[in-house]
Amino acid sequence: MNWKWLLVVVALFIICFWADVSWNGYALRLFMFLGLYVALSVSLNLVNGLTDIFSLGHAAFMALGAYTSAVLTLPLERRPSTFSTLATWFQEMVVPFPLALLAGASVAIVAALLIGVPLLRLRGHYLSVGTLALLVIVETLTRNMAFLTKGARGFNGIPTYTNVFWVWGVAVLCIYIVVRFKVSSFGLAFNALRQDDVAAEATGIPTAKYRLLSFVVSAAMAAVVGGLWAHLVRVIQPNVFSYNITFLVVAMLVIGGLGSISGSVIGAAVLFIIPEALRFLETGRLFGLSQLILALLLIVVMVFRPQGLLGRKEISFGKQRATSNEQ
Amino acid sequence: MNVDYFFQQLVNGLAIGSLYALVAVGLSMVYGILRLINFAHGDLMMVAAMSGVTLLLFLVKSPFILFIAIALLAGLLGLVFERIAYRPLRGAPEVNLLITSFAVSSILQTGTVMAITAQPRRFETVPVLSKLYDVAGLQIRGADIATFIIAVLSALALTWFTRTSRTGIAMRAVSENLQVSMLMGINPSRPIALAFFIGSLLAGVAGVLWGWKYGQVDPTMGFLPGLKAFVAAVIGGIGSIPGAFVGGYVLGLAEVFFIGFLPPSFSGYRDVFVFALLFIVLLVRPQGILGAAKGRRA
Repeated sequence: MNWKWLLVVVALFIICFWADVSWNGYALRLFMFLGLYVALSVSLNLVNGLTDIFSLGHAAFMALGAYTSAVLTLPLERRPSTFSTLATWFQEMVVPFPLALLAGASVAIVAALLIGVPLLRLRGHYLSVGTLALLVIVETLTRNMAFLTKGARGFNGIPTYTNVFWVWGVAVLCIYIVVRFKVSSFGLAFNALRQDDVAAEATGIPTAKYRLLSFVVSAAMAAVVGGLWAHLVRVIQPNVFSYNITFLVVAMLVIGGLGSISGSVIGAAVLFIIPEALRFLETGRLFGLSQLILALLLIVVMVFRPQGLLGRKEISFGKQRATSNEQ
Repeated sequence: MNVDYFFQQLVNGLAIGSLYALVAVGLSMVYGILRLINFAHGDLMMVAAMSGVTLLLFLVKSPFILFIAIALLAGLLGLVFERIAYRPLRGAPEVNLLITSFAVSSILQTGTVMAITAQPRRFETVPVLSKLYDVAGLQIRGADIATFIIAVLSALALTWFTRTSRTGIAMRAVSENLQVSMLMGINPSRPIALAFFIGSLLAGVAGVLWGWKYGQVDPTMGFLPGLKAFVAAVIGGIGSIPGAFVGGYVLGLAEVFFIGFLPPSFSGYRDVFVFALLFIVLLVRPQGILGAAKGRRA
């Protein structure tokens, strides 16, 4: 960890502290959601940007993290009525928040391994649709396993544990992990893998192992973000972690520039702020206008700047380290 | 569990399979030529059904004219989006096309919500089509018979068209290799636009038939059928018209039998089953039932 990272962490801590004490509730909440989206898009970048996998199932891992953490941390007084059909020890057990987040990450890791080992043998579009199938499967499971998740009615009464420090702490951690991946020998291998996986394999890169590794790490990060999400919004429904979030996060990645970590931070900020800024237009019949403008903007970027705002480049302060990753 | 029950489930499976087949054939045409998974395809179906509600109430009285008008409307809408959203991206990475189709899907959905309604609407049915006919002890709805006939006819017509006609052969050449087909003097814009028109037209047809079958339509109805149609196309062998057709029926039958022969407590898991089936097909036979395998090359 060099001084630049320390500087970023200290600066963010000061901003978070300032936000926590003096911003109004609405602004603080937006700032927290921004952090969650930054963490989501950066963690998805590990898979979609750095490797040749294009996953559309990120929200499924979020859902796993969110539901695991929500179920484990539900306060004692609500447990007997919520989990009436489950074992008594389960009704009497409350897990502390940080442990619940880790449990969510573990569930996502197991799911990513289970689904990844067979699925990652596929390529291109087939793989994307396979990950999308994962999204539908997780949504249907959470909808139907009502004894655990309360189904379509939504899981409520989740305690508010998420604060601005948690959110941005996790966001910076995600950025740090993905940057480490990108500038390490993994990054170089991923780079070869993405450009030509058959040739990469021929030079001795264990492509299957590396693809799985990135998929699993990214899934774990998404699950932690999902957990934070649940403890911020306090009520979760199966359809929350679905196409909309997947689409939005993928759009953030592509707008910012696939493979560029600073790009996905910028993409997240741009796509999060624009609809919020346009919300004042949505009166009466114009409800949904910001969504429409967002979609049009996306098409315009795709047509005129197909590589995204930053391409594969990074914005870096100080001396740029040679990463040999830019094409 | 008796024979009648089995045949009734078979009929139900064929009915839903016909709808999937119609949507899948349209999707497969576009995929075949552009390698684009058009996420907006299901939404075109939805737009067709939703505009059917409004057109039916205000303009058209004859169901036949309505059917034609809406199919053409969907086809034209497909052409418009091809022109403004997909054509400028030709030659761009596949991912960009995917994102664009997501954006088009979002435009169609929010556009419909803003222009028509966010609420489910009743779709005016036609007595001949909503009636249940009793054929040899089996209950068959008129709309299902119509869907079946239309699905079979359009699959046959399109297979014939792509195999024998000049434009159809151009279409296959473009899908085989865009650059080389251009060297052979084919202007790829025409076959691509035509594929979009036909595919979207079929989505429109499916939209109206969907409305007649279920009697209710809403702005979010398109996404899951669109996705399932893709599953159907993959099962059959994506890019192949007979493949998509067969895949639609395989999926419809599998889905109905899954619900029909397992305890009712499992019926909520229908979509898990559909997509688990997709996993299995992708792993065992990624090229689909009727597709040709392609090797990987550096």
